[in-house]
Amino acid sequence: MSQQLTQTSNKDQFRKVKDKVAKYGVTAGGLLVLAALLMIFFYLLYVVKPIFDDVDVEHHQSIALNEPLNTLSIGVDEHLETAYRFTKDSKLEFYDLHTNLGAKIFEHAFDFQSEVTSFAQSAPHLNLYAYGFENGQVQVVKPSFRITFPNDVRKITPTYRMPLGDAPLELSEEGDAITQLAFSISEETTGFIFTNDSGELFYKQLLAEENFMTDEIEWVGETVAIEQIKGNIQQLHISPDLSRAFAIQGTLLSVIDIRDIDEIEILYQINVTDFNTQITASALLSGANSILIANNEGTISQWFEINGKNGREFVKARSFKSEEASVNAIYPELYRKTFFTTGAKGQFGVHYTTSEATLFTDSLTEGSITHLAVAPRANAVFLQADNKLQLFHVENEHPEVTWSALWQEVWYEGYPEPDYIWQSTSASDDFESKFSLVPIAFGTIKAAFYAMLFSVPIALAAAIYTAYFMPSPVRKVVKPTIEIMEALPTVILGFLAGLWLAPIIEDNLPGIVIMLMVLPVSIILVAFAIHNLPKAISNKIPEGLDSIILIPVVLFVGWACFAVSAPIETLFFNGDMRLYITDELGIDFDQRNSFVVGIAMGFAVIPTIFSITEDAVFSVPKHLSQGSLALGASQWQTLVRVVLLTASPGIFSAIMMGLGRAVGETMIVLMATGNTPIMDWSIFQGMRTLSANIAVEMPESEVGSTHYRILFLAAFVLFVFTFIFNTAAEFVRQRLREKYSSL
Amino acid sequence: MNKWFKSGSPWIWMTAGAVSISLISVIGLLLLIAWRGLVYFWPSNIYEFSLELNKTPVTVIGEVYDREEVPTSRLQGVGTDISGFQGNIIERFLIKTGNREYVDLDFRWILATDIKSKTAHADLVKIERNKNGNFYGYIEGVIENGKTIKDKSKYEALESVIDRAVELSDEMMDIQNGEIGSINYKLEELRLEERSYELKGKLTAEIIAELNAERKTLQADYLVLEKQLMALRADSQRDTVLVKDMRGEVVSIPVYQVLDAQFPNDMNVFEKAIQFIVQIGKFISEDPREANTEGGVFPAIFGTVFMVLLMAIIVTPFGVIAAIYLHEYAAKNAITKIVRISVINLAGVPSIVYGVFGLGFFVYMLGGNIDALFYPEAQPSPTFGTPGVIWSALTLAILTLPVVIVSTEEGLSRIPTALRQGSLALGATKAETLWRIVIPMASPAIMTGLILAVARAAGEVAPLMLVGVVKMAPTLPLDGNFPFVHLDRKFMHLGFHIYDVGFQSPNVEAARPLVYATAFLLVSVIVTLNLTAIGIRNHLREKYKSLEH
Repeated sequence: MSQQLTQTSNKDQFRKVKDKVAKYGVTAGGLLVLAALLMIFFYLLYVVKPIFDDVDVEHHQSIALNEPLNTLSIGVDEHLETAYRFTKDSKLEFYDLHTNLGAKIFEHAFDFQSEVTSFAQSAPHLNLYAYGFENGQVQVVKPSFRITFPNDVRKITPTYRMPLGDAPLELSEEGDAITQLAFSISEETTGFIFTNDSGELFYKQLLAEENFMTDEIEWVGETVAIEQIKGNIQQLHISPDLSRAFAIQGTLLSVIDIRDIDEIEILYQINVTDFNTQITASALLSGANSILIANNEGTISQWFEINGKNGREFVKARSFKSEEASVNAIYPELYRKTFFTTGAKGQFGVHYTTSEATLFTDSLTEGSITHLAVAPRANAVFLQADNKLQLFHVENEHPEVTWSALWQEVWYEGYPEPDYIWQSTSASDDFESKFSLVPIAFGTIKAAFYAMLFSVPIALAAAIYTAYFMPSPVRKVVKPTIEIMEALPTVILGFLAGLWLAPIIEDNLPGIVIMLMVLPVSIILVAFAIHNLPKAISNKIPEGLDSIILIPVVLFVGWACFAVSAPIETLFFNGDMRLYITDELGIDFDQRNSFVVGIAMGFAVIPTIFSITEDAVFSVPKHLSQGSLALGASQWQTLVRVVLLTASPGIFSAIMMGLGRAVGETMIVLMATGNTPIMDWSIFQGMRTLSANIAVEMPESEVGSTHYRILFLAAFVLFVFTFIFNTAAEFVRQRLREKYSSL
Repeated sequence: MNKWFKSGSPWIWMTAGAVSISLISVIGLLLLIAWRGLVYFWPSNIYEFSLELNKTPVTVIGEVYDREEVPTSRLQGVGTDISGFQGNIIERFLIKTGNREYVDLDFRWILATDIKSKTAHADLVKIERNKNGNFYGYIEGVIENGKTIKDKSKYEALESVIDRAVELSDEMMDIQNGEIGSINYKLEELRLEERSYELKGKLTAEIIAELNAERKTLQADYLVLEKQLMALRADSQRDTVLVKDMRGEVVSIPVYQVLDAQFPNDMNVFEKAIQFIVQIGKFISEDPREANTEGGVFPAIFGTVFMVLLMAIIVTPFGVIAAIYLHEYAAKNAITKIVRISVINLAGVPSIVYGVFGLGFFVYMLGGNIDALFYPEAQPSPTFGTPGVIWSALTLAILTLPVVIVSTEEGLSRIPTALRQGSLALGATKAETLWRIVIPMASPAIMTGLILAVARAAGEVAPLMLVGVVKMAPTLPLDGNFPFVHLDRKFMHLGFHIYDVGFQSPNVEAARPLVYATAFLLVSVIVTLNLTAIGIRNHLREKYKSLEH
């Protein structure tokens, strides 16, 4: 007996343990699942966050210099392992930044025949340097890095190249000294713009030609004097594609068209800063569509050419106020629209033109920064200050994005005016990304608006009739029939909208318009006719079957409208209403337009709104409506004043749910619109929505790029919006349920 | 009239009208899809049209694909010559003429006014080919091994050579995809094995020799198979069939390109019905051809079912545990209420958001780390760090989790408290009550939730476009190569197939019927699943109603 008891208690013990295990297991599992769902929110946020991070600049290394004043220019390789310096005594020195810090690993003294009178650097991504000489010649040098992999370890060997040949090239035909110089190489053409010691401006174009005998490349070309510009030229720039040259004299900027050597033309001459100020620095932004001008008051302005209302213009797009009292120099980044400024007291600023943002300002060094080079990967700046060469790491992954760049009008390079544009990618490296979320957010709202315009009246009316007037057996069939639509995959609705409905609407536009007007009228006419039937007949019509009676009517009216469509088109619109709309009314007409989306997405939303509204109206306590009817109100009065009023929170919640669905719907808009991000309320044009934009661009966006994170931001916005809509709706619904249960 | 308006009766009629419009559109939509989808399989007649265009007689042979009425002014607008015709509206027909390599367009519009005569000759043939679409014409002769067959009728001869060619091509497919595919798979495995030894620094001469020996045997096998394949291929090119096309020219078509030949004009309704069923069978069981615009959708069906089953396996335990926690264990307070509302709301979050989450979290983060840890030998090509069927299933599992949780919780709350209390009063622990009483009783509700989840998952496309679906998957996620189930592979999906074929294919006109057929297939699956779920739910409600009294 006792043995049996212990056995039982053992068993009970075991059962207790099992119970505990189950309890904790289920609790842990349940919490885990809920946490996983919560994680969606935080993960999206985690991916989005870096685009709003601040720029971080951190000192990394310093190399002390013996003759700091000797520097002409400095630079660094893309792995930040080797630095180089051009000196005034015609030397090129390489320093190790990686293993043996500061060691001079390579030095080359150029053996020039003539005195160096000028020095120039090309656009930073070309990484070319030129010495101009007293005898009118020029020598182009490119520091280069040979990368080898002995024993699978990357080894960088610094060296230099002479891209235009070892012998100096003759620039000035008269042999005048070259005092100012700017140059660039574009494929097989090289362009030099330079001044001589008497202040005259010349442009020399060289073309590469292969020598038939020796197979060597020879540079031949001609020099043209630009006589219109004379006097003291302080700065010269040339665009890397050799289409424009820029000269600055005092406050005057001259823009020169150098595309054709025989037709060199001054396009614009503009004072780019006030007369009482001085231009202290200028630089071409990457891509060379804009020039940046800084004056001694610390204002930096961005100028570019646009195709404005009065033809082509050169305009100031925006200006930055720098912390520095005076900007010493401007250094553009290689591929993005970031630029760096330096001031007299070691101030250092990071700015981005498109987002019009000053991302960072601080004094990095005690003394002035005399030279600066931006690392090719834009992850560091290499500068000379306080008699030292210093490397600073710059963390600036997403300068394109600021709140204003996403949601406000931005003046993009080459655009006639500030605008909202979404254009995320292009083939070229120095493309200015246009990340305005406004057009696609607008598209989302537009699509949802037209969908709601179509679905709300039908869904609400249908739900009211089904819940309030329809006899129960009919309702049992009608309700699930409409609700089954909710299960219909949206890809099918989208496909039908794009390939079946859109051409039908295009071909029968007059019929569709007529149908919208005639259908309600004909329903009322039929109702009136039935109302006036002799009592003997009308009494036989069962009550609550009006909708069944109306089905043939609707079908007939629909058919009739299509039938008269073509004759009407011939009579009033010269046989083609679409052409008529485009030509006569001047409205653009897309085949896949908002009208199609409105109908297709309306269908997707109708069951959602219908179902919730129907529930809300149906669950209004019967004694309320019966009381109203007993007091002599008509059916309609009872419905409007009592039932709908009581159910109104439920109806509100239904519309919110529907809106939430319309905002996030992807496949229908993807397939039934042209997906062009335009901002136009026109019903005959398409749109691009947030969700379709994600579906189109996500697969091709690079992981971790700004574009990728902005798409995540779009998803996050969708998530938050629908979540808020739905929570509001659900909250209202629960309140309503409690209220009813108390009634 | 005024009084009638005041009574509000017209507005009631308007609401009734809204119900009619909704009903018409729902039923109309389903009928449209069903009609367009099914008509694709019905063998339609082939007509020979004699036309007169610019006074020259032209013959067009083909199936009537579509018809429409156009105002004459629109035709004049685009420069069509319709002189001699008086009315305002002309009917025109879209004819599928096939013979893609001989005519500019395999679809052409002809005006009713141009047609002089229209005949359906009994000996017009429709030849289905594995390249360049259908061919229409008259059989002129069948050449077997260089000699024209004379002892049989043209039709019988055609049938015999086609049967032989189809058999040979099946055999070739078996070798190509089955055995050669498996050899290629093993070779790739060997390469990865070698690389993995190399990474670990254990690649000795011995191992290399071993691997090379294995490789040699595989290559020897491969050569044998290749020889077989070549022999079969040469054999299959033996016969040709001569067909006179609508230009009046005799064209020779190699029989190995022919999949089937039919004489629809010669069939009676019964024969057509058989052909109809055969065509549906082919559609479901065959692989797609010609950039998915022809052939069947078997890989898409397989991919959809496989992914959905995988998803169901993942979502069921998690969904049920979460629901049990929420309903049975969680404290009944405001926090639980908020959690419950949040879970319900997650069902309303746009599916593309889940896709974005799946791509970022599962594919790049989880998959990328799995690759770095377990598949270093395959680098830099990703194994799991790229969209695949497992990530699709996981993403959709998260997407459908709220559906399962809500449905299960509803089921749990419908079980009368008396039953639980009874069980507890008899001495059962809570866990035992749950396991023996509550869950079995709630199982139909769990089933309902699962079916709804499956129905939703089968129709979702947007998130899948980011996490694993492709237009053409070379291999199924399930095959004869160890480990048989390949969760990292990409897959095809019916919904995406509709999007891709309908909107991305080069020949949308030719592909449209196929899209309707695919849509019909998908709709019927999903509607059936939903009706089942509704049925189970209603049955359940009735059952517990009786228990409560």
